[in-house]
Amino acid sequence: MAANVLDFERPIRELEALIDELRTPEKRAEAEAQGLDLGSEIARLEAELRAVIERIFARLTPWEQTLLSRHPSRPYTLDYVLRIFDDFLELGGDRLAGNDQAVVGGPAFLDGRPVMVVGHQKGRELRERQQRNFGSAHAEGFRKALRLARMAERFRRPLISFVDTSAAAADLAAEEHGVSEAIATNMAVFSRLRIPIVVIVIGEGGSGGAIGLAVGDRVLMLEHAVYSVIPPEGCAAILWRDKNRAPDAAAALRMTARDALELGVVEEVLPEPLGGAHRDPAAMAATVKEAILRHLWELEKLPTEELISERYRRFRRMGRWRELTPSETAEAE
Amino acid sequence: MSGGWFGRRARSRPAESVPDGIAQKCEGCEQIVFVRELERNLKVCPRCGHHHRMSARERVDITVDPGSFEETDGNLVSVDPLRFPEYPEKLEKARQATGLSEAMLTGRATIEEIPLIIGVADFGFMGGSMGSVYGEKVARAFERAAEEGKSVVLFSASGGARMQEGLLALMQMAKTAAAVEKAREAGVAFVSVLTSPTTGGVFASYASLGDVVLAEPGAIVGFAGRRVGQQELGGQLPPNFQTSEFQYEHGFVDRIVNRKDMRRTLGFLLRFFAEAGQHGG
Repeated sequence: MAANVLDFERPIRELEALIDELRTPEKRAEAEAQGLDLGSEIARLEAELRAVIERIFARLTPWEQTLLSRHPSRPYTLDYVLRIFDDFLELGGDRLAGNDQAVVGGPAFLDGRPVMVVGHQKGRELRERQQRNFGSAHAEGFRKALRLARMAERFRRPLISFVDTSAAAADLAAEEHGVSEAIATNMAVFSRLRIPIVVIVIGEGGSGGAIGLAVGDRVLMLEHAVYSVIPPEGCAAILWRDKNRAPDAAAALRMTARDALELGVVEEVLPEPLGGAHRDPAAMAATVKEAILRHLWELEKLPTEELISERYRRFRRMGRWRELTPSETAEAE
Repeated sequence: MSGGWFGRRARSRPAESVPDGIAQKCEGCEQIVFVRELERNLKVCPRCGHHHRMSARERVDITVDPGSFEETDGNLVSVDPLRFPEYPEKLEKARQATGLSEAMLTGRATIEEIPLIIGVADFGFMGGSMGSVYGEKVARAFERAAEEGKSVVLFSASGGARMQEGLLALMQMAKTAAAVEKAREAGVAFVSVLTSPTTGGVFASYASLGDVVLAEPGAIVGFAGRRVGQQELGGQLPPNFQTSEFQYEHGFVDRIVNRKDMRRTLGFLLRFFAEAGQHGG
């Protein structure tokens, strides 16, 4: 368990360990024998624990946010799927070449309504992590999602996409099977699907690997998720030839959920339970479910043509630039 | 602003490809070649056939009918939305070095008298990286093509999304892909030409979505940087990994076209698409 604690979480974990120990029957018996009021001591420590977490989380750096988004205990796509949907039937395969375990998907029921679900899936322990290539999808994974998305369109089921990947696979197989084409095609096709699409960035939104599953009408992001064009380690290596400056790069890249909201890239940031989603996955899932239902309800009121043209405009607006006036242009030349 | 936005026009030649002087070393065979001979041969080594990099303006010059190019959206300039370290300085340097306002140059032109919308990336402008302006120009090119009933030809030469614009650069991948798809619905034909290098977020967005994807011989074309792949695989990679030839072999490039044949090939495709359109497509 200790390996799953981030440095800045250590004071939290130490307090928790102390509280846990005070709760053991041995300590209770000991305290009773000495006539000590253990209950009020535990209550005092719990209040302190909350205060410590609040203090730590009130001033998280972008780099600490990044580490949180990759937290080994953080809920992954299937953790949400199992909590949010009444029923889910996983379907594998891209009908072309393989079944990439880094992406999962299939039909599900959301409070009785049929929807299609896709998402990146990281693994929990070593063997599963390897099977799922640490959530880094190959072309087959993107094409699995594409195939399921098209099925959803055919039956007019909304699409819910969970994004959680450090990056797309970049090995020989990825290149041989056209991971670039697969990402490009997903963005193109998703941009025109005649069904509502809600995307939730639950952990790492890692560049091309993320955007390949992240074109939709609404893109939501968990409070401690990140979304970036390049991992901060890679950015630091390019900028300063020093991977150890990743914390500086994380700040420069503006990759936190609040940044994404300010940049107009996501519609909403979903607050996480105190201390992060991993401290209360059930509460986090309830928040995500509420948000999905609310956005779907809004989207389903739109006529299909409007839905698609709004989605086009959504991405069309992205970016910031300046248009020089004719006189400025003349001066420039 | 001293010196203007786009630097001096006279400096249209990318600094890294041809140093001043009458001879240079070929990047392919490492033999000494005469600059004039190289220029006359469209910057292709007369000995080994290595295709040297070209600036966007040079590419336009050798591709479209003489005098037919009319730039569009040249007034779009990048800002520094993230206040990213050294970005404004890098932009200014790139403008000075290339005489361009951005890494993507777009416009109307004709090839063999067929009107088209053309866009050319310039690797000399911050590695041809795609930021907001690049993406916006590509999106507008497709919208304009749909309005004017023309085909689109885009030459890419890019390391990928522009890190200095962070998420906004990543979003250009989605924006350009959506623009391609919408224009396709309107009957627009798109020829994507991959020149060295076409990698990362550009290869993984609009550049892979051509109705036809052409590539110059020996160009670096791939998803991740080659060094990344080699590190991950411990050197067990085929010698042509992440080249045009590799992509052709695996079905992601339709045809490898020598520079001297590019104009004719584009003319052929434009005629094919124009004819198809006339018959109600």
